[in-house]
Amino acid sequence: MAILAKHLLGIETMAPEEIFSILDLAESYVTLNRDQVKHSNVLAGMTQINMFFENSTRTQASFELAGKRLGADVMNMAVAKSSIAKGETLIDTALTLNAMRPDLIVVRHPSSGAVNLLAEKVNCSVVNAGDGRHEHPTQALLDALTIRRAKGRLTRLTIAICGDISHSRVARSNILLLGKLGNRIRLVGPRTLMPFGIDEFGVEVFDDLRKGINAADVVMMLRLQTERMEGAFVPSVREYYHLYGLDAEKLKFAKADAIVMHPGPMNRGVEIDGALADDIGRSVIQDQVEMGVAVRMAVLDLLARNLRRAVLEAGRSRK
Amino acid sequence: MIILANAMIVDPESESVNPGSVIVENGRIADRDGPELESLRYKTVNCGGKFLAPGIVDIGVKVCEPGERHKESYRSAGLAAAAGGVTTMVTRPDTIPAIDNPETLEFVSKRARAASPVRIKTIAALTKNRSGRQMTEIGLLQDAGAVAFSDCDSVVEDTKIFSRCLQYAKQRDALVIGHPQDPGLSAGASATSGKFASLKGIPAVSRRAELIGLQRDVELAALTGARYHADQLSTSLSIEYFERAAAAGLYVSAGASIHHLTLNEFDIGDYRTFFKVKPPLRSEDDRKALVEAVASGSVEVISSMHTPQDEEAKRLPFEEAASGAVALETLLPAALRLFHSGDITLPRLFRALSLNPSKLLGFDTGRISKGAPADFVLFDPDAPFVLDRFGLRSKSQNTPFDGQLLQGRILKTFVDGEPVYGSGA
Repeated sequence: MAILAKHLLGIETMAPEEIFSILDLAESYVTLNRDQVKHSNVLAGMTQINMFFENSTRTQASFELAGKRLGADVMNMAVAKSSIAKGETLIDTALTLNAMRPDLIVVRHPSSGAVNLLAEKVNCSVVNAGDGRHEHPTQALLDALTIRRAKGRLTRLTIAICGDISHSRVARSNILLLGKLGNRIRLVGPRTLMPFGIDEFGVEVFDDLRKGINAADVVMMLRLQTERMEGAFVPSVREYYHLYGLDAEKLKFAKADAIVMHPGPMNRGVEIDGALADDIGRSVIQDQVEMGVAVRMAVLDLLARNLRRAVLEAGRSRK
Repeated sequence: MIILANAMIVDPESESVNPGSVIVENGRIADRDGPELESLRYKTVNCGGKFLAPGIVDIGVKVCEPGERHKESYRSAGLAAAAGGVTTMVTRPDTIPAIDNPETLEFVSKRARAASPVRIKTIAALTKNRSGRQMTEIGLLQDAGAVAFSDCDSVVEDTKIFSRCLQYAKQRDALVIGHPQDPGLSAGASATSGKFASLKGIPAVSRRAELIGLQRDVELAALTGARYHADQLSTSLSIEYFERAAAAGLYVSAGASIHHLTLNEFDIGDYRTFFKVKPPLRSEDDRKALVEAVASGSVEVISSMHTPQDEEAKRLPFEEAASGAVALETLLPAALRLFHSGDITLPRLFRALSLNPSKLLGFDTGRISKGAPADFVLFDPDAPFVLDRFGLRSKSQNTPFDGQLLQGRILKTFVDGEPVYGSGA
């Protein structure tokens, strides 16, 4: 099994077998990454361009490290500050880049669907590193790997995703992935941060955090963006923390062995209590970061295999 | 333990008026018409055959604390309420500053408890500073005792912000009280547009501005599923629309102010600023439609919309004068005009004055039934008097009923079974 498509644009179109093949391969990269010599040559000679139209530290670093550990030539383009500012359209940027003959492009963009648009215009493989409020597939994959390692399985779990669902691509990719694998998904947050029609996604929706995480195996907290804190979507930080901030007292409603996740970066004292985030008995937030590199290595590896196979097949047909 | 004996009991729940008595124990109604009343050694209050009704629950009273205590304080408003048979004042947050955070609410509640002889519940602002930009801490304000949320006459213009406020309120099961009015059309208006306003040259607003505002609010309530109460309906247009919306099963309710039920635009007469209220007084046809809607029950609540203004704020040219009228003490006598005219029965009047507002806000007051708080008003509906505004207990005396003949006197008011007005208070 492998990734069937040329690109990794979202979880929506992926089959469970593809997801498992990524997670299984990622396991081996977890082992590699824990070695002193963290190097493989599966991407040797290949060029990977990280194109981030939106500021990112963590995801970009994770993809950069993943590519470098696999031996690719990795280039970071901080597009937010360059050509876009000069008025170039997304498609022109894509064509320019395509002419430089990269093999893998990792893209983050503030508009939903922008990565799909770019993927149509280039010859290489495209990895979606987050587009608008649409999808963030590698985050969902790394979350899945973290859950599987902590819980021993990735099905029949009760998973509460809490906070700003409306603006979250992490939430959407996680709902899709965890839903495909037969988990019970609950969404918890104020109605103002809950998209209309979300209950048709096969999830349960809760206004109340305690009820929403009741007997949950996994509690996944989402980041509340600063610009949403003061009155527009929720009245204030203190009311949000009072009602939706996860602390040890509220976590008692979840299962005794429930794990706490957060995609980062955290707002301590907004969506999560600082002490709880640091509690290594409950919080797997640092594990998520570690799994992130391994999952991204697996994704890049599998997409590169597709590229090599395509080259072989093209050569064979030429003979 | 006391007995209020020999009374005509006005019961809005069973829609009846019957002679009887009420036994009060520990501030609550212990029983009605016990079998051997005479033989028991209760302290007896002889009601003298007068009418005993559940105390009035008045939604939307403005007490000018904090900010303008010279216009009205919790003490003066509480005394006025007691004299008017109002046993629960549900106060507005359009103070200076607005009651828009739990700290202010707690401060105000503490003052209210110390100063007022009647119950006080507080409506908190829906948006910070009532400016329509950021929602208030609805959850924390509820914890501090807010019973509803409203920006009063300041309409949240941005529909997106208003719909988010409704969504947030919905999840907290909070009641949002709106002021149905199109803010653009009604800006600067002090009368209803038409022949009278044009003749007098008063800047005026179409009655459709209320309908436009109401339609917007009701549609957003439908969108979000929130509980919405329109503070005042005043035109037949909005009543018709509202009745259709309510029949469609939306969680909407509406109120009427005593002034729109008893006065019309011609009362403004020669630029009399005590008749300047918000929304402006309407035509006689609109007034009749409103009375009918209250009688039928589609408009559920009658309130005083008590708004104290000092002499300086009213002694100005009509369009510059402040809006609003005091009404705590005149609410019941004025409402009894509707009874004397044969438009509304006494039980239906107290359904709108006491029972429905209690139900709307989840209070157990407003009824004469076992276990309910012993809040009553004892009144003589027939006793006539000429109102002298300087006899009012409010610090401000801006009443449109000054010098008018009213019929119906409040004799006693009880809160928790204790007299707070009349002999024995």
